[in-house]
Amino acid sequence: MSEPQQPSIIKLDAVSKAFGGGRNVAVRNVSLAVGKGEFVAIVGGSGSGKTTTLKTINRLVDADAGVVAVDGQPVTAFAPHELRRRIGYVFQGIGLFPHMSVGENIGITPHLLGWRKDDIAARTLELLDLVDLPREFAERMPAELSGGQRQRVGVARALAARSEIMLMDEPFGALDPITRDALGTEYRRLHERMGLTTLMVTHDVLEAVLLADRIIVMRAGEIVADDTPQGLLRGHPDEGVRALMDMPRRQALRVRSLLDEAARHE
Amino acid sequence: MSERVAAAWSVLPEYLGQHILLSAAALALGLLISLPLSVLAIRNARIRWPVLAFASLIQTVPSLALLALFYPLLLALSALSLRIFGQGFSALGFLPSLLALTLYSMLPIIRNGVTGIVNLNPAVIEAARGVGMTDRQRLLRIELPLAAPMLMAGVRTAAVWVIGAATLSTPVGQTSLGNYIFSGLQVENWVSVLFGCAAAAALALVVDQLLALIESGTAKRSRWRIVVGVCVLLAGIVAAAVPRFGADSSTYVIGAKNFSEQYILAELMADRIRQQDASVAQRVGLGSAIAFRALARNELDAYVDYSGTIWANVMLRTDAPKRDVVLREMGDWLRRERGITLLGSLGFENAYALAMRRDRAESLGIHTIADLASHSAALTIGGDLEFFVRPEWKALEHAYGLGFRAQRQFQPTFMYKAVSSGEVDVISAFSSDGRIAAENLVVLEDPQQVILSYDAVVLLAPARADDGKLRRALQPLIGAVPIESMREANLQVDRDENKSTPAAAAKWLAQHLRVQ
Repeated sequence: MSEPQQPSIIKLDAVSKAFGGGRNVAVRNVSLAVGKGEFVAIVGGSGSGKTTTLKTINRLVDADAGVVAVDGQPVTAFAPHELRRRIGYVFQGIGLFPHMSVGENIGITPHLLGWRKDDIAARTLELLDLVDLPREFAERMPAELSGGQRQRVGVARALAARSEIMLMDEPFGALDPITRDALGTEYRRLHERMGLTTLMVTHDVLEAVLLADRIIVMRAGEIVADDTPQGLLRGHPDEGVRALMDMPRRQALRVRSLLDEAARHE
Repeated sequence: MSERVAAAWSVLPEYLGQHILLSAAALALGLLISLPLSVLAIRNARIRWPVLAFASLIQTVPSLALLALFYPLLLALSALSLRIFGQGFSALGFLPSLLALTLYSMLPIIRNGVTGIVNLNPAVIEAARGVGMTDRQRLLRIELPLAAPMLMAGVRTAAVWVIGAATLSTPVGQTSLGNYIFSGLQVENWVSVLFGCAAAAALALVVDQLLALIESGTAKRSRWRIVVGVCVLLAGIVAAAVPRFGADSSTYVIGAKNFSEQYILAELMADRIRQQDASVAQRVGLGSAIAFRALARNELDAYVDYSGTIWANVMLRTDAPKRDVVLREMGDWLRRERGITLLGSLGFENAYALAMRRDRAESLGIHTIADLASHSAALTIGGDLEFFVRPEWKALEHAYGLGFRAQRQFQPTFMYKAVSSGEVDVISAFSSDGRIAAENLVVLEDPQQVILSYDAVVLLAPARADDGKLRRALQPLIGAVPIESMREANLQVDRDENKSTPAAAAKWLAQHLRVQ
């Protein structure tokens, strides 16, 4: 397990969560830490507890046991809505408000925080530039946008109140492969440029390998691996983790051999 | 025909205005209760089922029964409040109607509100939480706006139901467009019934279309649709409310039970009061017991009742003393026990009586029931459906030794036809019935005064005991209504052809009073 260089901005200590009156354990004794500026991916199959773990951080789910801390303070010290206004949240469902324009959607958190109108308008335009959407989109309604454009708005909305922490739950999962790749790459650049701290849940290990600085693998509510992509590719004592990492390796080798072959034919 | 339409038009502002105010108040109160209930039901799945089940249960109660049930309930509450706070409230008219209609309006609003919000896209709700909205902000900024079209559809349904059901508030003493229907049914004035139905339907249609405009405004986010719809609705309510400000304690409220004679006498009294430059409202079509109780509670200022009715049904007396004894004892009792003033008898009775065709009675030399007794073995008697089981009949049989060849029962209309055609010789009749004159019948005297007297008497509410203006208006009617005039006036309203309105019959009656 590699220690982050920076002091951790998100820290989970022995967190557990069960649903259905304690019958269905979703997360069992999970501890993890994310340093400032890190891009961490949580990878696992469905039912592995990765989404529940993510949601304990902005209190969309409250942990049954253990401590979740943001910026060194336990999240239970904040009212949930105040906590969420400081933390960007992007998810597969996107959830743009259909009765509000794109501009109003982006500006919602600053609006809730009581920003001045001019500041909200300026920030909205700045964010449209940042996620590479034309400024006139501010006047459009969500129904007029394509799936990829909608998630760009979703990312802009999450960043609007200058959040430095981004929680992402399968953010690009519903998009076609090309859009998905483009958005992932662009987001990673945004992460660097703005000094964000990102924790992203995905079931796609290749996406995790390509984007993240560090990968946490979960299975049946527990963390089974937590290392850099390179470290995990080198090998891991857990057989399941090895099988998981084998897939991107095989894909990469196949692509490499195809490229070599193509080069020889030139 | 045109006279009856004109009569219907003349009271339209009052009926329509009251109908609008009642419906609007019930809808507003319904919304005020239903919206928080819906929010509770949305937030807490455990109370969702009981709330929806309760609202559905209310819908299964027939609306007329719901209205009727609120009267005794409020009466009990009022008595309780009188004991605890020293002040009661009116259990009649607006309040029971408002409460029943409010309950009636709740189901569609709650059901559509809950369904509209529960079925919202869960991703939108998750996003609302994710961006940091409080529960309240999520409700006001996201859930309600998105569920608004569905909610408005529920309000539309509720509005149409309430406007329709409000016509049923007439029997509990609330003026509404139902007055056309109920009074029209009583006097078989189908023009009036149709007029009431058409007016209520037109009101429901207009309101439905305005709410539809608002609904489409919420769905299409078109502000002008919402503004126009709301403004026109508000203007309607204000227009309905304005004449109400004129009504105060200087307005006299005249009551009437639910048959023609009562409508005519109420119009007659109302005209007399207007001649004293006072304003009058009428509450017509009341049940007999409701009218008396309303007078005792000062919700009516005056109405006409019948001495025998008060004697038997209110004083619960079972004896049948002479006419003047009944009037005297009743007057004392009413003043002492209820504070009600018996202003006096109008001068005629509406009692059970025995009647014969005039030529037949004369040829047999029958003037009284005593004369009838000696002929009865050869004669046939016809009665209405309840006459032969009433105490009056037992008393007559016993006192005069009546024994007819045959007894037959008829619907009242056929009974008069039967005596007129000679099929029966004697019938039971109400002494002021217009058909007595129309069929040229004679009412036989009751020399032993066996039948309880049913003098038409004017009663004044306790609060009006010393009201000089009201007494000045009504005193001249005491002893001034000859039974022949009353029969003719009743006939004008009851006959099948060339019917008059009660108001027109009252004008005729006013010119045919006994000069004193």
